[in-house]
Amino acid sequence: MKQWKTILAAAALALASSTAAMAARTDLVLGMPLEPPHLDPTAGAAAAIDEVFYANVFEGLTRIGSRGEVLPDLAESWTISDDGKTYTFKLRSGVKFHDGSDFDASDVKFSLDRARGENSVNAQKGLFAPIDTVEVVDPTTVKVTLKNPLGSFLYNLGWGDAVIVAPESADTNKEKPVGTGPFKFQNWAKGSAITLVKSDGYWGDPVALDKAEFRIIPDAAAAIPALLSGDVQALPNFALGDALAQVKADPRFKVVIGTTEGETVLSTNNKRPPFDNLKVRQAIAHALDRKALIDGATGGLGTPIGSHFAPHNPAYVDLTGTYPHDIAKAKELLKEAGLADGFKATLKLPPVGYARQGGEIVASQLREVGIDLQIIPVEWADWLKQVFTDKDYDLSIVSHTEPNDIDIYARKDYYFNYDNPAFNKVIDELNLTSDEAKRTELYKQAQKILADDAVNGFLFELPKVGIWDAKVEGLWENSPIQSNDLTKVKWVD
Amino acid sequence: MTIYLLKRLLIGIATLVVASLVVFLMLEVVPGDPARLMLGMNASDAQVELLREQMGLNQPLILRYLDWARGLLSLDFGRSYTYSVPVIDLIKERLVVSFPLAVIALTLSTLIAIPVGLFAAARRGKAGDTAAMAVAQVGVAMPNFWFALLLVYVFAVWLRLVPAGGFPGWSNGAWPALKALILPALALALPQAAILARVTRSALIEVLNEDYIRTARAKGMPMRAVLWRHALRNAMIPVLTIMGLQFAFLLAGTIIIENVFYLPGLGRLVFQAITQRDLIVVESVVMLLVAAVVIVNLIVDLSYAVVDPRLRARQ
Repeated sequence: MKQWKTILAAAALALASSTAAMAARTDLVLGMPLEPPHLDPTAGAAAAIDEVFYANVFEGLTRIGSRGEVLPDLAESWTISDDGKTYTFKLRSGVKFHDGSDFDASDVKFSLDRARGENSVNAQKGLFAPIDTVEVVDPTTVKVTLKNPLGSFLYNLGWGDAVIVAPESADTNKEKPVGTGPFKFQNWAKGSAITLVKSDGYWGDPVALDKAEFRIIPDAAAAIPALLSGDVQALPNFALGDALAQVKADPRFKVVIGTTEGETVLSTNNKRPPFDNLKVRQAIAHALDRKALIDGATGGLGTPIGSHFAPHNPAYVDLTGTYPHDIAKAKELLKEAGLADGFKATLKLPPVGYARQGGEIVASQLREVGIDLQIIPVEWADWLKQVFTDKDYDLSIVSHTEPNDIDIYARKDYYFNYDNPAFNKVIDELNLTSDEAKRTELYKQAQKILADDAVNGFLFELPKVGIWDAKVEGLWENSPIQSNDLTKVKWVD
Repeated sequence: MTIYLLKRLLIGIATLVVASLVVFLMLEVVPGDPARLMLGMNASDAQVELLREQMGLNQPLILRYLDWARGLLSLDFGRSYTYSVPVIDLIKERLVVSFPLAVIALTLSTLIAIPVGLFAAARRGKAGDTAAMAVAQVGVAMPNFWFALLLVYVFAVWLRLVPAGGFPGWSNGAWPALKALILPALALALPQAAILARVTRSALIEVLNEDYIRTARAKGMPMRAVLWRHALRNAMIPVLTIMGLQFAFLLAGTIIIENVFYLPGLGRLVFQAITQRDLIVVESVVMLLVAAVVIVNLIVDLSYAVVDPRLRARQ
């Protein structure tokens, strides 16, 4: 009997130690709702491209870290001339592209010249417009001269649209992306999944994962069972809606609510009467109840905003109190504008949950002050045509997800139809300033002007809802840039 | 017989030509620009124009139609605006999912529906018939996506017998691929089977009232043999018609089931292409489906002739 016990104990011990000796998992399947239209981050605006490839497969001179900070990437260091116009980048040596070719200064020149060239279809071509010349000094040194100083230049180089590509593979990146990152592209089963594998000979810290698969799951109702059955181990950024409650209490999973760069606004056509009247816009601002809106449209997860700026940004000022929720005040302002009986307008909504649900709530809130909104649901393509390009709209709801994009209000002919010389002056000055403290001050001024002018109804910052296996570590909590950076992701026991 | 076939063939071709015109013109009036969609909200108008040029969107309407129609004849559907790969490749990738799925679902539904229909017809008005038709009624009324989710929770989440969704591809062996198709095929098959069972039953009941059935029974033929040998064959024409319609539906009308199981099938390709305004893909897939319907109808017409010798003899 005693003998049996010993044997059992030994067996148990052997079993336990063999489990412990078994290495941690090195593969990860992530679910994402939208499929990229192609795989080249330098030729399209789709967030899904960056969500798979940024920092994983492609790298830029600089990169954006998990807190939105600028970090060195393919450039290991840089110096800026005193006039703020010349940037000299020292590149890492020994870096290879996934096809085996060497990375050097000529690839940097090629990539930047391609992005700003005449035939460029880079979705963020504007980022590269300030560049005057790009010179190869030697294989590991590049000198970039700007037309005028630009405070945000290093940040801009960290966008997914500014990653470095090789001349040999640039034209085929849409189908077979070749970068310098820790993962290389393996396969794209269209409509189904994109698979990345670890790239041997990566220049930086080796990654823990051997294989990562991004699986396309268009529907939240399908994503939850996929997670529960273990087919998928992470849903890093998924608008799950009511389905979230189903997994929230489950200890096998971590639910992480973070912030994004998505300022959700009630876009207003500032040139179309009666919205050209400041009093009317102020009335709308007073009529909006952000709390009710956030509860209804994001399950209470969004952060209220009072201007067009992300709350996690160090230069953020809380301006949600500029026009507090006050129906009597709103009615009074409408009366002063000569619209005591209210008016009718349209609200065009793109096909996303926050807009469609938020739209109904906004419409009911504005009805209380006499503004009667007709809701018109439109598809994305239709939205881009009618609202964004043709500016044929009164009001709309959309999230502006580009990072640090307050300058869109200074753009000529942008769809808000807003034109304020005082605001434009602040943005111009911002572009010429690289001193951090001064920039923060200017950003604050810009936020204040937009809030006072009630350009749009400033609603909330879109939340990032992430769920993953409790044993997975290293996925980003926030989304300061569209990315699922897997470089620090690992399984722990 | 030959004339009958030729007539059917001509009608089929005419259908295809008319459909190609209607499909093309209808989609051209849909607002939205694939180039702007691709470049998003930060790109300038000049850049969008440049991309439109590169995509070949700036050619006149009639030229694009003729180009596309000429391509269709040689099975060259052109290149996708967004994916910039040949459309035919996209369709092939999706057909390897959708076609087997449709075949499995139709087979399952037939295997369930015909016996149930026979069973119910043979016991017309009795408890067995009422019960079978009540179940069928539930099957018709039940939304298939709801049934699909139920299947997922039982067989994938709880029992973990099959994956919750996705498609591993045929290159990893037939079994994993088939396993991925079992639940979606079942979810598709049951509502179809319910419809088919009802059609089978009513067609059989009509035939069972015919004189030759009474004669067969009177000469002492057992009910089972009468049902299988005389009744079923004569009741096949409406059943085959419904099956033909169902197959066409199963090929591409399965977008909801494809979403629940996130299968990369034809339905999702069309849906994605519509939202991305990848019109050439939409047009080509819709034409393919029209062609499929025409072909299936031809086959059904042919099979009428097989089950009904009178049609064969008619000149």
